[in-house]
Amino acid sequence: MISESVVDLSRLQFAITAMYHFLFVPLTLGLAFLLAIMESVYVMTGKQVYKDMVKFWGKLFGINFALGVTTGLTMEFQFGTNWAYYSHYVGDIFGAPLAIEGLMAFFLESTFIGLFFFGWDRLSKVQHLAVTWLVAIGSNMSALWILIANGWMQNPVGAEFNFETMRMELTDFGALLFNPVAQVKFVHTVSAGYVTGAIFVLAISSYYLLKKRDMAFARRSFAIAAVFGLASTISVILLGDESGYEIGDVQKTKLAAIEAEWETEPAPAAFTLFGLPNQQEQRTDYAVKIPYVMGIIATRSLDKEVTGIKDLIAQHEVRIRNGMLAYGLLEQLRSGTKDAATIAAFNVVKQDLGYGLLLKKYTPAVVDASDEQIRQASLDTIPHVATMFWTFRAMVASGFLMLLLFSLAAWASIKRNAENKPWLLRFALYSLPLPWIAAQTGWIVAEHGRQPWSIAEVLPVHLSASSLTPGDVWGSLAALITFYSVLLVIEMYLMIKFSRLGPSSLHTGRYHFERDSAQALTVSGAQHV
Amino acid sequence: MFDYETLKLIWWVLIGVLLIGFALTDGFDMGAMALMPFVGKTDNERRVAINTIAPHWDGNQVWFITAGGALFAAWPMVYAVAFSGLYWAMLAVLFALFCRPVGFDYRSKLENQQWRSAWDWALFVGGAAPALLFGVAFGNLFLGLPFRLDELLRSTYEGSFFGLLHPFALLAGVVSLSMLSAHGGAWLMLRTDAALHARARIATRLCSLVYLAAFAAAGLWLATGITGMTLVGGIELGGAINPLAKQVSATNAGWMGNYATYPLMRIAPLLGLAGGLIALLGAQLNRGALAFIGSSLAIVGTICTAGFALFPFVFPSSIDPASSLTLWDAASSHKTLGIMLVVVGIFVPLILAYTLWCYTRMWGRLTDQSIEANPHGLY
Repeated sequence: MISESVVDLSRLQFAITAMYHFLFVPLTLGLAFLLAIMESVYVMTGKQVYKDMVKFWGKLFGINFALGVTTGLTMEFQFGTNWAYYSHYVGDIFGAPLAIEGLMAFFLESTFIGLFFFGWDRLSKVQHLAVTWLVAIGSNMSALWILIANGWMQNPVGAEFNFETMRMELTDFGALLFNPVAQVKFVHTVSAGYVTGAIFVLAISSYYLLKKRDMAFARRSFAIAAVFGLASTISVILLGDESGYEIGDVQKTKLAAIEAEWETEPAPAAFTLFGLPNQQEQRTDYAVKIPYVMGIIATRSLDKEVTGIKDLIAQHEVRIRNGMLAYGLLEQLRSGTKDAATIAAFNVVKQDLGYGLLLKKYTPAVVDASDEQIRQASLDTIPHVATMFWTFRAMVASGFLMLLLFSLAAWASIKRNAENKPWLLRFALYSLPLPWIAAQTGWIVAEHGRQPWSIAEVLPVHLSASSLTPGDVWGSLAALITFYSVLLVIEMYLMIKFSRLGPSSLHTGRYHFERDSAQALTVSGAQHV
Repeated sequence: MFDYETLKLIWWVLIGVLLIGFALTDGFDMGAMALMPFVGKTDNERRVAINTIAPHWDGNQVWFITAGGALFAAWPMVYAVAFSGLYWAMLAVLFALFCRPVGFDYRSKLENQQWRSAWDWALFVGGAAPALLFGVAFGNLFLGLPFRLDELLRSTYEGSFFGLLHPFALLAGVVSLSMLSAHGGAWLMLRTDAALHARARIATRLCSLVYLAAFAAAGLWLATGITGMTLVGGIELGGAINPLAKQVSATNAGWMGNYATYPLMRIAPLLGLAGGLIALLGAQLNRGALAFIGSSLAIVGTICTAGFALFPFVFPSSIDPASSLTLWDAASSHKTLGIMLVVVGIFVPLILAYTLWCYTRMWGRLTDQSIEANPHGLY
């Protein structure tokens, strides 16, 4: 057995590297589309200011993109380095979308991004526009494939356990592609990316408007971001992936944990606006509830129940006992007893094998688990409720704040008076962290909510890790945190520097710091390029 | 559709194709950056070297990412055992590669000399270290790696990073580094002029010579000093995957068995040597295109030489020969291999087509003047 500390450290490493990667990904997703929209306007109107917008926001896009690529490398190889048993156990299914992501999306995005930056003088206007759109489409397709992979972890459809190869194998590729959980995740995640791109452009444009410089440039950027952002925010909220939470047992468990719903309530369930979940006592203290709302959000109906945590635990205990049978039969099959009766008996209970594997944490032999160990394992099937409860509410609160911001900003753009509303511009500027808060807490809900599974109902996290030593993972974790932190500081430095400089950094001679020669010398002089 | 056995063989070829694609494209990025601090004396010269690959390196790097993804999809067991076993080697490669995206994009954004010089050395590491480490890893395949599989097919690795630094593996590292540096040198000869071009020519000549010597020496060492494995039996080529069922004997002197059984395979090492000589000749005659063709042939020849010698093994174990992974028993299911073949069949030709279009669009020699004409737009 691999030690618990290797599992915990590997989890921490994966969480940190994935969350770090996702600082850059949503901005890439959103900015890529904004660049494509801006350039489309340029090609249609022929106005130079739109080309300058593409080039300037493209410069910031590049600074962000570099770290997205850097941190993405880790993700592609980390399943193998730190989750070797996972890779063996589900690689037959999980590997395919990752490989397809490379072939279909990364190649497209990464091949054309070079032409986006360096092809301005070598391509016709329309060719360059096509290149920009291909970059945007490529980055969105990569989101599609990685979310198909992730959706399968949450709701593993189209696959079956094969005792001869001791792994899960693909049975239905279509089911993997059209996994409903993956679909809602994709729409929700890319929309969140568009919101991130929109807030980024909106906030920085507001800064220029507040400083009263490069007004024509900033006003147009503000308007495009406001409209694009409003549409995207509405899409994120309406297509929140809570709608995927009625499919599959682990998704249901997540939902119950998000709402801290201990008992199954009559439909439609109430939404707990506030409360202090107490996992020990299995109750929520000081709960403030809004009737009906949760039932409608979660099940999109008035008559479907949302199963409570206590009932889920009871269901899971039954499945764990079935899983013990499955594990015992698997051992017989692996040791060579492959008669039809054993295979038939195994097939009856094999969908609960994963639940049996939950006991490996307590007893390596599984079949000899005591009642107390079974009870403990069934309690393990519920993620930490308070974490789920609060991260979800942080995400939703950020979402609604952004909806308010974009509504006001879009209205001001229509009225053409945003620059006369310093309070709105400040609101936009200080809202810059919101999409990142929403995205990070959203991923905590999705992935912490998957615990204790790496593949829902199939493979527990504590079996998935590589046979490494704690020293190995401590070392890599320390090295990654150090290296990533240094890179983040450098990235933020460049990002802030070029954001402050604005379109003057293009050296076209048309913008603020270049026209005011005194300032040009001090701010955009020799040290800036 | 193909039967399982044929598909497994096709995927052995495809993994090879992806590795060769990676070495041919990202190979000159890595080689050019390994040479950059030495062939570029002035800031402009270094920027010229960087900007020859600026529009392409990211697309080229996807060959590496996709090879990783394809390994995961087609040979999940190899992906799992190799990357977890070679933990620190893999991390070293990753950390070196981290230097590239940021190095390229950030280096010329500030004019500070120390800033630029620091990034130049980061780009050097990002080019040279992976080129060296890939070779060391390949060398270790011939020596076998200390891992075993238990009855639930969980792998345990019993070696360390320093255990990988066997002299033969280091020699394989030299083969890889010199080969890719020659490739990068030839690329710079093609795409630059003046002093930078002249120094790239010297570097290409030197690296081709080192490559030829190291490649020949590695072959001799292998033939005389290293014992390989033979698959004896216990494997159903078209059956369900079970790595532990086979019997393996350690009797394949110098991994030369395949070259005796299939004489046609000898083309690969000959191609490697011929490629090295053509690269040398190209440098001698100051013909960049010829040198680049030579270094490309050397890459194809070298990777095929290694693959053919090991066949059907892909990841041999030194402590438990039966745990060794072969293309027959480390593969994905019949269905997955079939689907992935269709995907590759559709997308690889498309990728080659649009990649080629991008190269033709950006083709031409870069000079000091190109940098001075566009100091803020270029890397």
